[in-house]
Amino acid sequence: MTRIGRLFECLQLDGRKGLIAYITAGHPSLDRTPALVEAMVRGGADLIELGVPFSDPIADGPVIQRAGERALAAGTTLRGVLDAARTIRSRSEVPLLLFTYLNPVVRYGLDRLAADAAAAGIDGCLLIDASVEEAQDYVAAMQRHGLDTVFLAAPTSTRRRMELVARYSTGFIYLVSRRGVTGEREKLSGAVAPLIQAMRTLTGLPLAVGFGISRPEHVTELGRQVEAVVVGSALVRLIERYADDPALEQELEAFTRELKQGFGVTA
Amino acid sequence: MTPQPDPGGHFGPYGGRYVPEVLMAPIEELEAAYLAARDDPGFRSELTHLLHSYAGRPTPLYFARHLSESLGGARIYLKREDLLHTGAHKINNCLGQALLARRMGKRRIIAETGAGQHGVATATVCALFGFECVVYMGEEDIARQRLNVFRMRMLGAKVVGVAGGSRTLKDAISEAMRDWVTNVEDTHYLLGSVLGAHPYPTMVRDFQKIIGEEARRQILEAEGRLPDTVVACVGGGSNAMGIFHAFLPDAVQLIGVEAGGRGEAIGEHAARYRGGAPGVLQGAYSFVLQNADGQIALTHSVSAGLDYAMIGPEHAWLHDQERASYTSASDAEALEAARVLSRTEGIIPALESSHAVAEAIKRAPGAGEKIILVNVSGRGDKDIDIYRRNFPGLDEA
Repeated sequence: MTRIGRLFECLQLDGRKGLIAYITAGHPSLDRTPALVEAMVRGGADLIELGVPFSDPIADGPVIQRAGERALAAGTTLRGVLDAARTIRSRSEVPLLLFTYLNPVVRYGLDRLAADAAAAGIDGCLLIDASVEEAQDYVAAMQRHGLDTVFLAAPTSTRRRMELVARYSTGFIYLVSRRGVTGEREKLSGAVAPLIQAMRTLTGLPLAVGFGISRPEHVTELGRQVEAVVVGSALVRLIERYADDPALEQELEAFTRELKQGFGVTA
Repeated sequence: MTPQPDPGGHFGPYGGRYVPEVLMAPIEELEAAYLAARDDPGFRSELTHLLHSYAGRPTPLYFARHLSESLGGARIYLKREDLLHTGAHKINNCLGQALLARRMGKRRIIAETGAGQHGVATATVCALFGFECVVYMGEEDIARQRLNVFRMRMLGAKVVGVAGGSRTLKDAISEAMRDWVTNVEDTHYLLGSVLGAHPYPTMVRDFQKIIGEEARRQILEAEGRLPDTVVACVGGGSNAMGIFHAFLPDAVQLIGVEAGGRGEAIGEHAARYRGGAPGVLQGAYSFVLQNADGQIALTHSVSAGLDYAMIGPEHAWLHDQERASYTSASDAEALEAARVLSRTEGIIPALESSHAVAEAIKRAPGAGEKIILVNVSGRGDKDIDIYRRNFPGLDEA
């Protein structure tokens, strides 16, 4: 079992919910990424999604697009992200999920990535544009190296697709809260409740909900329904805002703590 | 050699469906609607009627006597897609997909455009069918294709500039996909080339294959035999797949001409077979220009319609099978070809099509009794500003 599996076991035993924090690795620069991850962990993040920047991020809204452009301009590569993961792992046992588009992985080599990611202390992968139909080789490679494979299910997913997502996922399943790309929203979509119910009938895996979650009250509301909540763009926007400010780590830690308190527990 | 992709949309290893889960439902809906329409005689006859009465099919096959004689060799025939309504082959696909959108009950159409030809054709069918129309276009392309931007607006479309990435076709496609994920309920994404996730590469080819079907019949009537060579330019590759498809079973050489741009280095051209590698972009697995880290490369071509990092997956497969071969023409060669065709035949071709003409000009001299068929996929009106800048002497007369 990976650190991801153990995390969800602990959460269940403690009767707690998990906060999953996304960060675009290399934004604003790769040498700052480990410190930013540590700040989020101090603030109460239970699992880190380490985003690999990609030139053509079709599933991302403007905030994560800008972060990716900046990370790429600063010379971030997949190899560099793995190095950052190794640095994080040398200081922390926080579960790490590599969050990436497919092409950098194809270019790196699927099996090589699985081996190198495992060696760097990464616990699992989420390939955002690897559909379940095309995922068999990828899942096999990750399993050979003991990594979890997390897939997305959306409110528009058909029953057949949800079954495939349940079959191929390990660690947890990532539910997309609504239609559209990543990015903050004022209000949560009502589309996710039926999706949660449908997935519960298909899997015993923990469920996490992401996309559009940016406030403690969103965390509160979803924390009643699923095991974990993912926050991405709201954190990335804060990093963008304080990129050149020495208070960045402090602000990031404080905002993460505020989000975590949405669950009604003190980090 | 199987002429069809497998049920998952794979041409050999290429093609397939690599999109975020949020896009899967509309793509599956589109596939089901397309497969049903393809076998529906009512759909086919309505499309044929529109292609004839509205778009202007069949287009002529024209023997370019003066061009052929001036080159002293092969007999060059031109398939005149430039004479279609809106000025390029793009309307063939747009009419097909508009009928499909109506069948699916969609009221809003989104599209990407590079040179603006697909955007104009999309805006045109939206005016015809009464659809709301939004066209995404890179800001770089908006600047170099101002005439087509105005045409789209006059037709009632909203043209949205895309400032991200390289500000060209690739970024317009990403932005259209983001719109689609957000508005799947009432929106159809009218993709303009043989790119993207299955079923687009197959569906767009099927809507374009009429080009080759007509040309094959016409050349048999004119010459009593098939051509030796068929030449077409290849950006994503829809006009090339359109003219190649009917000739796939024949002993006819098929040549795709990519944009050679202004240099050999990555970033200076859009020739995928010079430095590209297999990869995944915007839904499909195919040959794509990228760096060693899997980031998609910037491209350059004087022709906005060829300025794209990936070649359509069926082309990648035809290349691997050695059923088609791919070469390139530089910016300078394409511009010169446009000048030559204008002066010898009175036909000003689009810059995209000029790449195909350039290849014919290279091959024809001394090629004896050979017949070369060139797809003139579009007309050059939209490129007049670029021609003016590149032929400064003509402005002084």
